[in-house]
Amino acid sequence: MTAASLTALDVERIRKDFPILERQVNGRPLVYLDSAASAQRPQVVLDAMTAYYEKHHANVHRGIYTLAEEATAMYEGARDAVAELLNAPSRDEVVFTKNVTEAFNLVARSIGDAPKGSPLHVGAGDEVLITEMEHHSNIVPWQMLCERTGATLRWLGITDEGRLDLSNLDELLTERTRIVSFTLQSNLLGTVNPTSQIVRRAREVGAIVLVDAAQAVPHSVVDVQELGVDLLGFTGHKACGPTGIGVLWGRRELLEQMPPFLGGGEMIETVTMERSTYAGIPHRFEAGTPMIAEAVGLHAAVDYLREVGLDRIKAHEKELAAYALEALSDVPGLRVVGPRTAVGRGGAISFTMAEVHPHDVGQVLDELAIAVRVGQHCAAPVCRRLGVPATTRASFYLYTTTAEVDALVEGLHHVRRFFEGSVRR
Amino acid sequence: MKLESMYQEIILDHYRRPHRKGLTDPYDAEVHHVNPTCGDEVTLRVRVVGGVVTDVSYDGSGCSISQASTSVMTDLVVGRPVVDALATAEEFLVLMQGQGKVEPDEDVLEDAIAFAGVARYPARVKCALLGWMAWKDATAQAVAAHDSNEDDRESA
Repeated sequence: MTAASLTALDVERIRKDFPILERQVNGRPLVYLDSAASAQRPQVVLDAMTAYYEKHHANVHRGIYTLAEEATAMYEGARDAVAELLNAPSRDEVVFTKNVTEAFNLVARSIGDAPKGSPLHVGAGDEVLITEMEHHSNIVPWQMLCERTGATLRWLGITDEGRLDLSNLDELLTERTRIVSFTLQSNLLGTVNPTSQIVRRAREVGAIVLVDAAQAVPHSVVDVQELGVDLLGFTGHKACGPTGIGVLWGRRELLEQMPPFLGGGEMIETVTMERSTYAGIPHRFEAGTPMIAEAVGLHAAVDYLREVGLDRIKAHEKELAAYALEALSDVPGLRVVGPRTAVGRGGAISFTMAEVHPHDVGQVLDELAIAVRVGQHCAAPVCRRLGVPATTRASFYLYTTTAEVDALVEGLHHVRRFFEGSVRR
Repeated sequence: MKLESMYQEIILDHYRRPHRKGLTDPYDAEVHHVNPTCGDEVTLRVRVVGGVVTDVSYDGSGCSISQASTSVMTDLVVGRPVVDALATAEEFLVLMQGQGKVEPDEDVLEDAIAFAGVARYPARVKCALLGWMAWKDATAQAVAAHDSNEDDRESA
C-alpha cells in the first residue's frame, strides 16, 4: 500500500451506496452503530442478487442448459472472489457454509468423526485450546466435540484490559493439543489479537490452528498465507454480503483428510444402496443445493470492499475508534470494557454506564434512532471475566461518520439525564 | 414522547427503590432464572404457608424493566392465596403478550398496569416477565414440596 492509496475514505459518497442509511427511525435519521452484529448492504449487492434471480437462476452443477451453466459460473465465480480476497493458494480450499457458526461446527463435527488411525483423530487425553474471548460459536462446538470424544477443553484467559493473556501459552498449548481455535478480533471487546506467537507455538507442537475471522475479514486485509493458519471462518452478512452464507477456508491437505459433515446430493462421487464415495473438496462439504444467490451477493460485496480498499476501511475505523474513545470519556459514569486506546483494537467499543443497565441505554438510544447492540453479545464468558453483567456496544464500519459518534455521545448524555429524572416532567 | 409510556414513573420508582430485594430465610423453594440474550438474572425465594404466599425475596441484576417488574410482582403476590396470585400472574402474562392491545385491569394488576407500555416493545417483554416466571416456578416447586410432604404423612 502506498501512502497515496491510503487517502481517507469519502464517507459521504460511500453512504450513498447504502440505501438503508437514508432511513428515518422515530422521525430521525438512522444512526446505525451495530455493524459488528450485521453490516448493511450496498446497492450493488442487492442488484447482483436481483439480477441473478431475474435472469440466471437454475440449480448449479447439474443442468447442461444455458441458465444452469450461468448459475454455476456465478456460484463458482464467488468462490474465486473469496479465494482471491483471502489470498488462498487454491479456490478448492474455499467452502461455502450457512455462516461462520456452521463453519466451526463443520470442523468440530468432522474432526470428531475422524476414526482411530486418522491423523485427525481426537480422543481422551487430547486437548482443544480456545480462549475466554470467543464468541459462543467458537466455544460451544468445541465443548460438544470434547463431550463426544472425551477430549479436554482448555482456554487462554483475558487480562483486565481485555487483551489475550498469553503468559501461560506454553503450558496450555502442548503436544496434547490437537486444535487451537481463537478469534482474530473480539466481537465484544474490539481487541485485535496477535497471531504469530500462537501459530508458532502450535507449529512446534503440531496442533491445527483455526481462526475466527468474522470480525476481521470485513474490516481489514486478511491473508491466510501470511497468517500461516490451517483453517479460517468468516460470515457474509458482517462483510456487506447477504445473510445465509459464510466461508470456511482450509488448507487443502487438511480438508482432504477431513470426513464429510452433512451428507446428501452434491457432496458425493458414487452412491449405491450400500455405500457412497465422496466428492473432492470443496464439494464434499457442500451437501445439497447451495445458497447460490447469496454467493452471488457475497461476490458483489467482496468486489465492493476491495474496490473501496480494506486497508482504507481499517484506517477509517481506527480513526473513528480513537475519536469515539476520546468522546466517550466525556460521558460521566461511562466505562469502556476492553482496550481504551485505539491501538490493537478495531471499531467495536463496549461500555457500561453507572446505574443504567445496557437494555435501558439501548432503549433510550433507539428513541433517538441510534442502533446499538446491548447484552452479552454471544460472549457471556467475557462479561463474567470482566465483571460486567452486560454491555452496550457501538460498532463502526466504512459508512460510519464522526457525526454519528457525536450523536451517540449526545444520546448517552440524554440517557443519563433521563434516568436521573431531570428530563422527566 | 414514546419512551415515557414505557418508563412510567412507577417503574423508575421501583427500579430505584425495589421492594423485597435481598434474599431472606426461611423459604420453601429457590429458583434461578436468566434471560440468556441480555444476561438479566434473578434468584428468587418463596415461602408458602397453608396455601398462602407468605414471603417472596429475590436478588439479581438486570435492566430497569426486569428489576421493577420483579419488585411490583412481590407486592402483588405476598399475603395472597397461591391460586389468586397465580390468577394475577396469568393476567399480567396476557397483558405482556398483548402487543399493547390489551387494556389492563387496574383492580387486578394495580401498579403492574404501568408495564402496559412495555408490551409494545417485543424485545422487552421477556425483561418484564423474568421475575414473574421465576416466582411461578418457585411457587410450583414450593406447593409440590408441601404436597409430597403431606403424601408422606398420609402414607406414614
